[in-house]
Amino acid sequence: MSKEIEKASVDRRTFMKGIAAGLAGAVLPGGIAEAFDWDAFLQKHFKEMTDEEIKKVIERLEREAAFDWKKKIHIAATKALPNVKFGYGLDLSRCIGCRKCVHACVEENNQSRTPQVQWITVLRFKKGEKWIDLENSEKYYNPKEVPEKDFFYMPVQCQQCENPPCVKVCPTKATWKEPDGIVVVDYNWCIGCRYCMAACPYGARRFNWAKPSIPTQDLNPETHYLGNRPRYKGVVEKCTFCIQRTRTGKYPACVEICPVGARKFGNLLDPQSEIRYLIENKRVFRLKEDLNTEPKFYYFFAT
Amino acid sequence: MIKVFLIALGRMVKGDTKFYAWLAFLFVVIGLGSNAYLNQLDKGLITTAMRDQVSWGFYISNFTFLVGVAAAAVLLVIPAYLYHFKPIKEIVLFGEMLAITAIIMCLLFIIADMGQPLRAWHLLPLLGTMNFPASILAWDVIALNGYLFINIALVVYTLSRLASGREYKLSLIFPLILLSIPWAVSIHTVTAFLYNGLSSRPFWNASILAPRFLASAFCSGPALMLILLQLIRKFSKIEIDNKAIFKIAELIAYTMAINLFLLGAEVFKEFYSGSVHKAPLEYLYLGLHGKSLLTPWMWTALLFNITAFVIFLVPKLRESFLTLNLGAALIIAGIYIEKGLGLVVPGFIPDTLGEIYEYWPTGSEGIITAAIWAAGALIYTLMVKFSIPLYTGELLDENKHSQIKA
Repeated sequence: MSKEIEKASVDRRTFMKGIAAGLAGAVLPGGIAEAFDWDAFLQKHFKEMTDEEIKKVIERLEREAAFDWKKKIHIAATKALPNVKFGYGLDLSRCIGCRKCVHACVEENNQSRTPQVQWITVLRFKKGEKWIDLENSEKYYNPKEVPEKDFFYMPVQCQQCENPPCVKVCPTKATWKEPDGIVVVDYNWCIGCRYCMAACPYGARRFNWAKPSIPTQDLNPETHYLGNRPRYKGVVEKCTFCIQRTRTGKYPACVEICPVGARKFGNLLDPQSEIRYLIENKRVFRLKEDLNTEPKFYYFFAT
Repeated sequence: MIKVFLIALGRMVKGDTKFYAWLAFLFVVIGLGSNAYLNQLDKGLITTAMRDQVSWGFYISNFTFLVGVAAAAVLLVIPAYLYHFKPIKEIVLFGEMLAITAIIMCLLFIIADMGQPLRAWHLLPLLGTMNFPASILAWDVIALNGYLFINIALVVYTLSRLASGREYKLSLIFPLILLSIPWAVSIHTVTAFLYNGLSSRPFWNASILAPRFLASAFCSGPALMLILLQLIRKFSKIEIDNKAIFKIAELIAYTMAINLFLLGAEVFKEFYSGSVHKAPLEYLYLGLHGKSLLTPWMWTALLFNITAFVIFLVPKLRESFLTLNLGAALIIAGIYIEKGLGLVVPGFIPDTLGEIYEYWPTGSEGIITAAIWAAGALIYTLMVKFSIPLYTGELLDENKHSQIKA
């Protein structure tokens, strides 16, 4: 960030602080106004912060999290690796609808347990019936055993669009596409207007309608600022391809857990990657291609 | 002039028992709503019936309806200033005050709907990171606030001229009035585009949306105005010519005709072509997969709108106050249902993955909504109460007398 911008944003910050302090002083009794967390209120947009500022903010967020969740957590801000653009493949001929991915995702990414938040939706379709409008799909299926004879399954999660409608509509730039292609949310900048949820054609975004709650022992302490750190009431969240794992060379949790190997993941810019192989050699399609969102999530049929 | 303003301010809060009872009623509703809102702030929007499937509900519906009411003030401005239709010219002030009230209510509904209302400053240009021009919501922030300021400027100017007993200089505010006309159209167009631009929601992603928005706004706004003007006439010494009222009624007949035509065009396109995109409209009017919570409401709205159309079309009916008021009430209710529940909610039904989640507002949403309406009623009542003595000139006359005596 250039000096000039930095200076401008410092001025802006002081200005906001002045206004806000004045207002609070006028409206609230002294005690409450003082207890108000100014640093949290005035925290800047993630992309407007210098590395130094991010470090400071993360220190505070870790302190807050330790207090809120009774557990010490680590928040990374690992940057995108050069020459990487992540892509995902899902083999519909293998998926058995067991939803292990859904639960592995919840555990890895610290989704709220009450109320339940899940980033992956597995849709069940009756074989031999139309499925393009998705209206005949069932997401609350509950069989004794999977796979069921007359059904097939299609998991849906954030498609990490190259042309993401959610990013376009966000009025505050609180969600954006990272250089490695992952669409992320700054949970401290989102105002909770939910315009992105209206814009997403894949039902991939989730809102924290209540304060998220996770039993302390289940909280995953290894987190990323733009990924699985604990969220707040009133903000939007979504799948980040497990940014905290994939930026350090690991597979997303859903890929790792899948018992039938239906889930593939890799670097689209690497011609030798598995994802490139299957795009080039299998029959692939992307969901709702007519909308030109250019998903980096490829459904395919391996057999 | 300042002295006159102060006196008017003093009189604003004085009135008879009925007036105080009205204020007390409004304050009770506002109090209950504030209480519900504090609870919502504490627990989160889980106190509403909105969920991930239907992520906008009653608040945004009301917001949308009120943008229409605000935009409709222009329907009074056009004949008054451009065609010098005298009887309407005199009541434009009350239309502009209605616009101000409606926009303030819009902003309150947006705040009620926000997950993180304290972060509202992130939306502002310069202070925050407004996503302009990509996000239509950013456009809407500018359009709505701009419209608010234009109308405040017009009202303040008119009132200050009235307070000093001078005719207002049209040449001075005419450019502003001219600007307010396209601006009024723009607030509604931009709000329509907010939904219209989303390819994820076929129900909204139809070119007819913005025209339908405008047409229905130009029905409900003037209908509300008709009732308010009669109330103002009843409770003050202000004379409002019947001609003005009947002219507005006539205008409503035209706009309602267009509104119904556009609805018909949409119904035809969806049902005749019969693609999967007809699902939301099917849900509204026929029910879908056995779910039909909104169906009776939609037919009621249609019935109201058609009846009102007939009333406003036939000169005899629109010039009798009994049927005129019935028609106005039917339109307000009809458009409120059509534009509120019937436009925002079905955008989400079925949701993008085909699920049908039936939305109906909770009690908490209901009482917060009622409180915002009460706040609007309070603002409008006080604004009108403040300007009536200035408008009639009675205050100025008294003031002159007392000065002469002194």
